[in-house]
Amino acid sequence: MKKVLAFIALIITGALLVYGVKDFPKWADPNQPASLHVSPRYIEHALDETAVPNLVTAVLADYRGFDTMFETAVIFTAGMVVMMILRRPKKW
Amino acid sequence: MVKDIEDIVISTLSRFLIPFMQVFSLYVFAHGHSSPGGGFQGGCIMAAAFILMVIAYDLNEAKRRFREKALLIFCCLGVFIYVGTGFLCLLLGSNFLDYSILSKILPADPIKARYYGMAMIELGVQITVMAIMLSIFLDLVTKGEHEGALEEDV
Repeated sequence: MKKVLAFIALIITGALLVYGVKDFPKWADPNQPASLHVSPRYIEHALDETAVPNLVTAVLADYRGFDTMFETAVIFTAGMVVMMILRRPKKW
Repeated sequence: MVKDIEDIVISTLSRFLIPFMQVFSLYVFAHGHSSPGGGFQGGCIMAAAFILMVIAYDLNEAKRRFREKALLIFCCLGVFIYVGTGFLCLLLGSNFLDYSILSKILPADPIKARYYGMAMIELGVQITVMAIMLSIFLDLVTKGEHEGALEEDV
């Protein structure tokens, strides 16, 4: 019974996600909003503003440095959680 | 718990391979500004070098070279370097992680200072990723029972 309920919930969630994909811009569409103002801004100004030839690094570490900081924190948290779960004293 | 198996082919080959992997990891980190690469990738390669050491020799040999205490310190040090760079910018009178202001303490103009600020945070990412990857690997292969993992057998 539990498995059937879980399966139904899974189907509904999946259907909702697929329904959401319908509104996305087409893949590699040159007129999608992200290609119209965000990407050209980065491509044209990254070298002048950051002195970094690699665009990926410029976006990752400079324009979105705050995002990358919490990615690092997530990795740190993952390691700490693995330690907390697996490293237990035998007598508890 | 861990059986000591020595295979001359594997141990000799990894003896040659490990230093090159470590140097390559530093290259990927340092060259991340002008070619594909950066802290995450470099950290993973560095961790892979230590994991190869664990596989080719044994667990205690690798832990003798990289102690548990040092591993924990490195885990925290990377995040500390990253956040510390952010707060350094804040202390010098700019926004959090706005590296241009680092030109006050670095011998570089504001644009070039962004380059060095990014190198600093990539260093932090590299250290954390390397230490955490290795720590998770050690925990998973030994169910968290490797030497020095618990307070009581330090």
